[in-house]
Amino acid sequence: PPGPTRGLLCPRRVNSSTEGARTGHSHYVTPAESAMEGSDCTAKEPPLANVCRQNYGAAQDPVEPAVPRSASHVTGSSLGKAEVACGRRWRKTAGNIKCELLRRIILISVPRNYDPALHPFEVPREYVRALNATKLERVFAKPFLASLDGHRDGVNCLAKHPKNLATVLSGACDGEVRIWNLTQRNCIRTIQAHEGFVRGICTRFCGTSFFTVGDDKTVKQWKMDGPGYGDEEEPLHTILGKTVYTGIDHHWKEAVFATCGQQVDIWDEQRTNPICSMTWGFDSISSVKFNPIETFLLGSCASDRNIVLYDMRQATPLKKVILGMRTNTICWNPMEAFIFTAANEDYNLYTFDMRALDTPVMVHMDHVSAVLDVDYSPTGKEFVSASFDKSIRIFPVDKSRSREVYHTKRMQHVICVKWTSDSKYIMCGSDEMNIRLWKANASEKLGVLTSREKAAKDYNQKLKEKFQHYPHIKRIARHRHLPKSIYSQIQEQRIMKEARRRKEVNRIKHSKPGSVPIVSEKKKHVVAVVK
Amino acid sequence: METAPKPGKDVPPKKDKLQTKRKKPRRYWEEETVPTTAGASPGPPRNKKNRELRPQRPKNAHILKKSRISKKPQVPKKPREWKNPESQRGLSGAQDPFPGPAPVPVEVVQKFCRIDKSRKLPHSKAKTRSRLEVAEAEEEETSIKAARSELLLAEEPGFLEGEDGEDTAKICQADIVEAVDIASAAKHFDLNLRQFGPYRLNYSRTGRHLAFGGRRGHVAALDWVTKKLMCEINVMEVVRDIRFLHSEALLAVAQNRWLHIYDNQGIELHCIRRCDRVTRLEFLPFHFLLATASETGFLTYLDVSVGKIVAALNARAGRLDVMSQNPYNAVIHLGHSNGTVSLWSPAMKEPLAKILCHRGGVRAVAVDSTGTYMATSGLDHQLKIFDLRGTYQPLSTRTLPHGAGHLAFSQRGLLVAGMGDIVNIWAGQGKASPPSLEQPYLTHRLSGPVHGLQFCPFEDVLGVGHTGGITSMLVPGAGEPNFDGLESNPYRSRKQRQEWEVKALLEKVPAELICLDPRALAEVDVISLEQGKKEQIERLGYDPQAKAPFQPKPKQKGRSSTASLVKRKRKVMDEEHRDKVRQSLQQQHHKEAKAKPTGARPSALDRFVR
Repeated sequence: PPGPTRGLLCPRRVNSSTEGARTGHSHYVTPAESAMEGSDCTAKEPPLANVCRQNYGAAQDPVEPAVPRSASHVTGSSLGKAEVACGRRWRKTAGNIKCELLRRIILISVPRNYDPALHPFEVPREYVRALNATKLERVFAKPFLASLDGHRDGVNCLAKHPKNLATVLSGACDGEVRIWNLTQRNCIRTIQAHEGFVRGICTRFCGTSFFTVGDDKTVKQWKMDGPGYGDEEEPLHTILGKTVYTGIDHHWKEAVFATCGQQVDIWDEQRTNPICSMTWGFDSISSVKFNPIETFLLGSCASDRNIVLYDMRQATPLKKVILGMRTNTICWNPMEAFIFTAANEDYNLYTFDMRALDTPVMVHMDHVSAVLDVDYSPTGKEFVSASFDKSIRIFPVDKSRSREVYHTKRMQHVICVKWTSDSKYIMCGSDEMNIRLWKANASEKLGVLTSREKAAKDYNQKLKEKFQHYPHIKRIARHRHLPKSIYSQIQEQRIMKEARRRKEVNRIKHSKPGSVPIVSEKKKHVVAVVK
Repeated sequence: METAPKPGKDVPPKKDKLQTKRKKPRRYWEEETVPTTAGASPGPPRNKKNRELRPQRPKNAHILKKSRISKKPQVPKKPREWKNPESQRGLSGAQDPFPGPAPVPVEVVQKFCRIDKSRKLPHSKAKTRSRLEVAEAEEEETSIKAARSELLLAEEPGFLEGEDGEDTAKICQADIVEAVDIASAAKHFDLNLRQFGPYRLNYSRTGRHLAFGGRRGHVAALDWVTKKLMCEINVMEVVRDIRFLHSEALLAVAQNRWLHIYDNQGIELHCIRRCDRVTRLEFLPFHFLLATASETGFLTYLDVSVGKIVAALNARAGRLDVMSQNPYNAVIHLGHSNGTVSLWSPAMKEPLAKILCHRGGVRAVAVDSTGTYMATSGLDHQLKIFDLRGTYQPLSTRTLPHGAGHLAFSQRGLLVAGMGDIVNIWAGQGKASPPSLEQPYLTHRLSGPVHGLQFCPFEDVLGVGHTGGITSMLVPGAGEPNFDGLESNPYRSRKQRQEWEVKALLEKVPAELICLDPRALAEVDVISLEQGKKEQIERLGYDPQAKAPFQPKPKQKGRSSTASLVKRKRKVMDEEHRDKVRQSLQQQHHKEAKAKPTGARPSALDRFVR
């Protein structure tokens, strides 16, 4: 008997032409052999003693000579994409039976069949893919792009160029205005615009000039292009006012701009006196913003805790809402004319529908210190907020919690923030004199994507969306590393909030049913609406 | 495809052309006044498949009414457009002979439907409901698209027809070999290996490779299509079972004492001593789990990607030597000597289900690829087919003279049973129907008792291991003709295999997700939803989603008196109360209706009561 090392199937090839040799030696037919002979050996010849007797049931006499085969067939070809199982499909009747086995002509390298039966475990596999995609998203989340340094004091205000994506303007606390080129990441122009703070900066809708207001009670208009060689930096126009202006915004279509300070002034660019000034109460107004869609509408927020809405065509303000604490800035949604978001001192942001001011559409809570600035993405689906807690956060408009938080070790209180017009980047200016550039999507790959990359990205995005509520995936997607100060603040505030809530529940429980009204979280912060 | 022009049809139009040239040129879309234009078929050449896809109008309209595809604008619009083709004419006066999108058969769309619309989410809000509706509509659209892509499937399954309705079971392999082409005929072969005893065999997942192990230690693997031998060894020990792991490069062999893993060169890579006295092996390819059933009564799951034992379950039923996997949900079916079949998942210490199948022990179990049917055979000589969709009831039973020792399902639902040295194959009506046990489709006698059976995936081939060696039989219509190149590609190159291996490892499904319904993961966890809601109410002290009590709106012109306010309030309250009573009454009726048939004496007419 053959030993263990001796293979039964090892190529002890017998020459098929020498019949006698085969009958003499082999005790079996190797598969290759039987393949070579095909059915011929069984059909034509009497069964050999060494060949396994195939019990066909039928007589094994030679019925007829082998039928001529198609010459184009290939047997035993190597595994390639051009694998051809056989030549043409042809059917033959032998013994009057019709029979055909499946044969393939593979023309494409990867044929697809979307039959669900061929793709078992669809849901679990998609789930695992979604889990992997979520993990990879976290791995590749590197949002910080660049830091633009050059200011010699904290950056107080930022403005986007309306026509040029790469140009950004910033005003600092020492009265200096700088114009930056984002692609080269350098400063292209420096202007000593004001004495004291540059309080506000805005560009004209055509992008040819920009306006600044400062602590020196002036409004200045500057040309966007620098002066010619040897010329001095000089403003196009200077308006000397009576009071300090704290903010400025330009109309989106006309040569009109609005400033705020003691009152809201609306100016024609050609005149040195305001067209109209509007007040409601006696407090300093911190910011004023034009509505980008209904361009006659303005919103302002003042330090007596209110947000006032104006119509430029009327002499008096429209209405105001008084919140629990002061609002620092507002920003209008660029896609929905009625919606605006207010950044409040009570760590929250409030999205209002201006038609129904008594209840905010959404209260956005996540910051642990006063929110100083807010800006909408051009899509109107998300906004970014800058806070005194040294972080910026990105909120979806319809969610109360942020989807992203950005911070670095060196970034101090963030004073101003802007979302760029291509909705891909975020800029923030902070106390420690730097402007930082972030990706709006932390894990997004920059640069041109190949079509396969794009397809993979879209597929992964859809998977993440589909499985976002699954606990494992949610935990990974939501996890953010936070600096200790913010982390401990969050814990502390959670405890405080819990205590307040507990007290409220106890109060409801121990008083007469219905006597203590249940005030929802949204309504809690609105003190009054005045028309 | 019959694209070639037929000479018979070509001649008459040519003759006609001369006549018509003097008159006005006539286009094929215009009214057919000249009889010869009718001969030239309008539009693209239709092949057989095309005709099938065009639904018969009256029958299809009836089906459409029931199904939710009727809501889709594309499909039901068609008949209307066919009636008034005049409206379809464009600027050039040309008319689209097949207006609108191509129709799709409803059954194919059903195959791709994943959402069960009949099950509603309890207490869902309007917003959730609307989003669900959007998702459902989207899903419907994609399933229609997927159904359209069926047109691109190039291959058709094999078939076998006897002479004038002759019983196909009488057709022997020699006839089949004679009838098919030479490449297919080469797939039928015998390996005469009498020396090393009965053989177990296993095809790799792509169906390209074959491994077999003889009881007396002979282990070999080969590419059975090209007949190229990969390795051949003798392990000098009893071989009980053999199985390919995820690819053809790894081979698990259950030997007398322990479980061994070899590579495709025959080099022993691992000896897994924690799996001892293994009798049967099953590999779960999407979970990378090797399930082993042992003489000691343990079902052990080994994760072959990390080499860890995931679970070792004690079946508490003595020696285990009947095992099969459900390819649909990766549940392991174990047959026991007391006639039960138990269903196991590594996540549970206890069986998921136990089915009493036979009087006397279970000899063989097999589950079909859709996970719908289970075939079992027992010592009571019976062969039964069970429905696995929740009921676990036998669908058909047949007593066989000797009982079947081995069972296997093919990809297209053919059932094979090995009884002594005879192999019987049964076929069903279609792909989704269970095999009918009345008439065998094919039979074959081997040179020795059967010891192992498997249909080759994606081929019309059945591999049988027996005492005399290995036989590869031709079974027309057994294999799936159209494979998916990204899932398991029989013709893949080395590079493609490597790519696939990495992808497959990346999406390895965790063992905890094995359960009876693999789609359960995608369903809303209603229990924890309700629990969460309850907890929220407890925490807040009130229900934030509760409906506020009705407050009548103040009306003008003196209609807002206190009396009228109270009256209006009362009216709403009464209506709500009535609704509640109505609902509770309805529920009572339902309960009574359900309870009645069991309580009352059963009547012969009860079967007609719905």
